[in-house]
Amino acid sequence: MMKKILGVLVALLVAFGVFSIFAGADEATTAPAPSPAPSAPPAAAGKPAGSVYYLNFKPEQAQQWEALAREYTRETGVPVTVRTAASGTYEDTLRSEMEKPDAPTLFQVNGPVGLKTWKNFCLDLRDTALYANLKSDDFALIDDGQVLGIAYVIESYGLIYNKDLLAKAGYSADDITGFASLKRVAEDIQARREELGVLGAFTSSGMDSSSDWRFKTHLANLPVYYEYKQTGLSTSEAIQGLYLDQYKNIWDLYIHNATCEPGLIGAKTGDDASSEFILGEALFYQNGTWAYDELISGGMRDEQLGMLPIYIGAEGEENQGLCTGSENYWCINKRASQENIDATKAFLEWVITSDTGRDALANQMGFVTPFTTFDQDYTARNALLDDAQRYIAEGKQSVSWTFPTMPSDTWKDGVGAALLEYAQGTSDWENLRRAFVDGWAREYNAVNR
Amino acid sequence: MNHAIRRYWPLFVLPTVLAFLIGFLAPFLMGLYLSFCQFTTVSDATFVGLDNYIRAFTDPSSNFLHAMWYTALFAFLSTAVVNLAGLTAAVCLTRNIRGRNLFRTVLFMPNLIGGIVLGWLWQVILGGVLARYGKTLVTSEWYGFFGLMLLTLWQQAGYMMIIYISGLNAIPEELTEAASIDGASPWQTFLRVKLPMLMPSITICTFLTLTNGFKLFDQNLALTNGAPSGRSELLALNIFNTFYGRIGWEGAGQAKAVIFFLIVTGIALLQLRLTSTREVQH
Repeated sequence: MMKKILGVLVALLVAFGVFSIFAGADEATTAPAPSPAPSAPPAAAGKPAGSVYYLNFKPEQAQQWEALAREYTRETGVPVTVRTAASGTYEDTLRSEMEKPDAPTLFQVNGPVGLKTWKNFCLDLRDTALYANLKSDDFALIDDGQVLGIAYVIESYGLIYNKDLLAKAGYSADDITGFASLKRVAEDIQARREELGVLGAFTSSGMDSSSDWRFKTHLANLPVYYEYKQTGLSTSEAIQGLYLDQYKNIWDLYIHNATCEPGLIGAKTGDDASSEFILGEALFYQNGTWAYDELISGGMRDEQLGMLPIYIGAEGEENQGLCTGSENYWCINKRASQENIDATKAFLEWVITSDTGRDALANQMGFVTPFTTFDQDYTARNALLDDAQRYIAEGKQSVSWTFPTMPSDTWKDGVGAALLEYAQGTSDWENLRRAFVDGWAREYNAVNR
Repeated sequence: MNHAIRRYWPLFVLPTVLAFLIGFLAPFLMGLYLSFCQFTTVSDATFVGLDNYIRAFTDPSSNFLHAMWYTALFAFLSTAVVNLAGLTAAVCLTRNIRGRNLFRTVLFMPNLIGGIVLGWLWQVILGGVLARYGKTLVTSEWYGFFGLMLLTLWQQAGYMMIIYISGLNAIPEELTEAASIDGASPWQTFLRVKLPMLMPSITICTFLTLTNGFKLFDQNLALTNGAPSGRSELLALNIFNTFYGRIGWEGAGQAKAVIFFLIVTGIALLQLRLTSTREVQH
């Protein structure tokens, strides 16, 4: 009898163990952030001045943010904590951090869709220095007349290419002016890959979660952008998939002219692609200005790097530039204490107006910012950003970032899974069409119920 | 001494009770309540009734039913395989062979490695093998399934082996001796004498492997993360992804967790009942 009771107790204990994992704000599942030690101690007792806690989205710049926070604390004595969520876990981390008594005072949303979740936490930023110095309302998330989020970095992405290798193959960037010429060049390189000493024209289109966003989100931006352009919309409850054939064009080109067989991309990671590019095993690498630091620290030189628009075969694409926009909006947590809100506002003002702050953002982190305070001396420059500027100067039309209007992450996952299955040959393009078109309507309804 | 315990037992129980209340009971009750709510952060919820439960089952994108049978299949198969392997190893390693302790240690060691690390380790190994044939772990859900089985077997068989070894060692020698005097073959001795005496160990081991199979999370996350299309998602990962991965679905994720709790508890109790009735006392 005793044993039986014990057994039941053990069963309950184990089951409770299972359950409590999912019962809310527990650390075990939500703290995968490899955040190095917080750069400043949490608010010391007896300090009336308040403190700042920034939950940073960009792992690439984690160390620079921590250094900047330390500098601010040294100058003003106000403690600033910076934590960085691991790639792809920002929403999870934010959700559990928000539960804590000392929740982030400064956090990020990715655009209108992300704002929906966190709207009730966002302070109106209209009377802040941040908004006063913003170049245009295009860079703000405005909802019911309230400025709830402000973009702090403008980024571009496209096809990063290796100039040396392209020249070795007998081409230059001027030869690529549309999808047809891109295809011709890429297929020629792929055919001559042994002669050229490369493994493929394109780096592997990895569908591991460290890399799949390049295709399920960034590449999917193009068909959505062209559809919006054709229908005159800027956001949509339902998408028709008018440019899915072109999406297929570019995806086929990527997977069949790459460093690996299409069936293997399920196991390829973001690091695989960047190291293939750095090692000169492939000529084209779809990524953005944020990848610059990684490429340079991998041993590449500025002169080797350039960025081309991603051509998919849409009409009028000879005038297409890079994809430029932002999915990084600062929001101040209005549920934080007044001292902490004030401290956060002061910190942000310092970041965009002081020499130290501007130097850190523009020159060290390499951010192109939408603030008027960043003049000549504080303009980020590197090979990729220069290319982005050049296309604008030539009068090319930048492709705006439409992915903040994609209905949900589940939609993106569905598209990503369909891309993978198509590449593996376990499913066809119709499956992708369903994930793209039907999935959009379904997710839109699921999220906006 | 006895007197002191009788008098002060509440004091001794207090830490455990507190831990149980804070760590298990409070989140459990809160979770139960939240499964009927719509919320973003758990302290800010509005009551919506059974809505979450309906969504968990009926929405095509929720993937819950698929995860359910996939998990059940995995749990039962892994229970069988792990216990068979553990018991076999235990029988072999209770004989008088050279390097017995070394083998025991080697077999037990995988159990000391964390699930995430194991998942990545096996991802590299299996990925390398499958790449020869132009496949990956996520080519279809069955590659992931057998990958998980292999991983679980490797991780848990050693642990179960230890339990079986202590069970085998506890069998009184006079029983086996009597059996051999009566002319029983080794196989008969094993089936008729040792196995019934082992029932308590079997109860514990099957209980552990079955619940582990249902609860498996980190190995699943690291090995395939549910790919392709969420079809290699076990229940725990499915719940996690619903809760954290979908805006507005936190409540549905919580509802799934409640259902999950009921299933695991039900099966575990049933299994305890089934195996413990076969236990023999001597």
